[in-house]
Amino acid sequence: MSSEKKQAELIKEISGVNPLKCMKCGKCSASCPSYNEMDIKPHQFVSYVINEDIESLVNSKSLWKCLSCFACVERCPRDVKPGKLIDAARQVVVRQKDQNYLLADEIPELLDPELPQQLLVSAFRRYRR
Amino acid sequence: MKYSYYPGCTLRTKAKDLDVYARASAAALGIELEEIEDWQCCGGVYPLGSDEIATKLSSVRALNAAKEKEQDLVTMCSACHHVIKRVNDDMKNVEDIRTRANNYMELEEPYAGETEVLHFLEVLRDRVGFDELKKKVKNPLTGKKIGAYYGCLLLRPSKLLSFDDPENPAIIEDFIRAIGAEPVVYPYRNECCGGYISLKEKDLSKGMCEKIMASAEGFGAEMLTTACPLCLYNLNKSTGAKLPVVYFTELLAEALGVKEEVKEEVQK
Repeated sequence: MSSEKKQAELIKEISGVNPLKCMKCGKCSASCPSYNEMDIKPHQFVSYVINEDIESLVNSKSLWKCLSCFACVERCPRDVKPGKLIDAARQVVVRQKDQNYLLADEIPELLDPELPQQLLVSAFRRYRR
Repeated sequence: MKYSYYPGCTLRTKAKDLDVYARASAAALGIELEEIEDWQCCGGVYPLGSDEIATKLSSVRALNAAKEKEQDLVTMCSACHHVIKRVNDDMKNVEDIRTRANNYMELEEPYAGETEVLHFLEVLRDRVGFDELKKKVKNPLTGKKIGAYYGCLLLRPSKLLSFDDPENPAIIEDFIRAIGAEPVVYPYRNECCGGYISLKEKDLSKGMCEKIMASAEGFGAEMLTTACPLCLYNLNKSTGAKLPVVYFTELLAEALGVKEEVKEEVQK
């Protein structure tokens, strides 16, 4: 099995998503608050997994723009859960050695006096292992 | 009415007001919130990967502690509520997660999602009742025009959260009415504030919050209310329209006439 094929399988396994259910209605992209920031749009994630073009997906800046707001999950008429798919792609990256998106050394300069702990723990969980 | 209570990390630090006003209000309503001993942080966001187990155990411990006391579990923070409620659903309905989590836990009796998880707003709506709450209001907030800011975590995914209609919620508006104020319904009340993106990309969440603020102000709101410390933080960073943002528990404490007596605790 090629490494990209393996990674595509891994993304499907972690997310529990069957990308073949998608009927390309585009509701996920229409709902996404980060749409303008994304190079690969939510409705396109599924195609990258189906076509096993994982290299493009894991290098996409979209991985780090998803807010886990679940608007796409809520509104998907086929229950594909695009938000879970993108999180699985994120996991495939951060579970590798030295691939954390947020480093502890970065934290001090990102802080301000009002910043809630909730923000730090949430970012740690999404951006690193 | 006695409940197990899970405050969560931020309610001990930056969001003391959310916690202190909730406790004072609960007491005034005859609700006993019994804090779970040695609770641990829920992690802030629900781990989405189907193979995540260890990251869910802090929630399982809280859920099991409530089960052992035969109490429902009450949450105050939107994020804690979201995480604990979804982990509870996993423990109830996903056999693989239930088995593996219980293998870690070594409980006398395996935990299988028995606990009912309620956000405090649900307690007010479903257990106290907004009509009853209205009768207990001493200082109605008459004339105040308040916009409810729901955000994401209380509403979505609605099949799991079963909190309210995810596209047209009413619970916070009904709450606002019960305490004598006037709810302002505006289109952006269930749009995302940016959540954790505000750590590394502050401009992105700022842009989202400016739209929310402008929408609320345009529909005539004088202030916003929320149940989430991260929403409150992000909304306060908005540089366009600037409405004050307060926790729903502060409004409740004010209406019940208990705000002044606990005000100092918030400053500590």
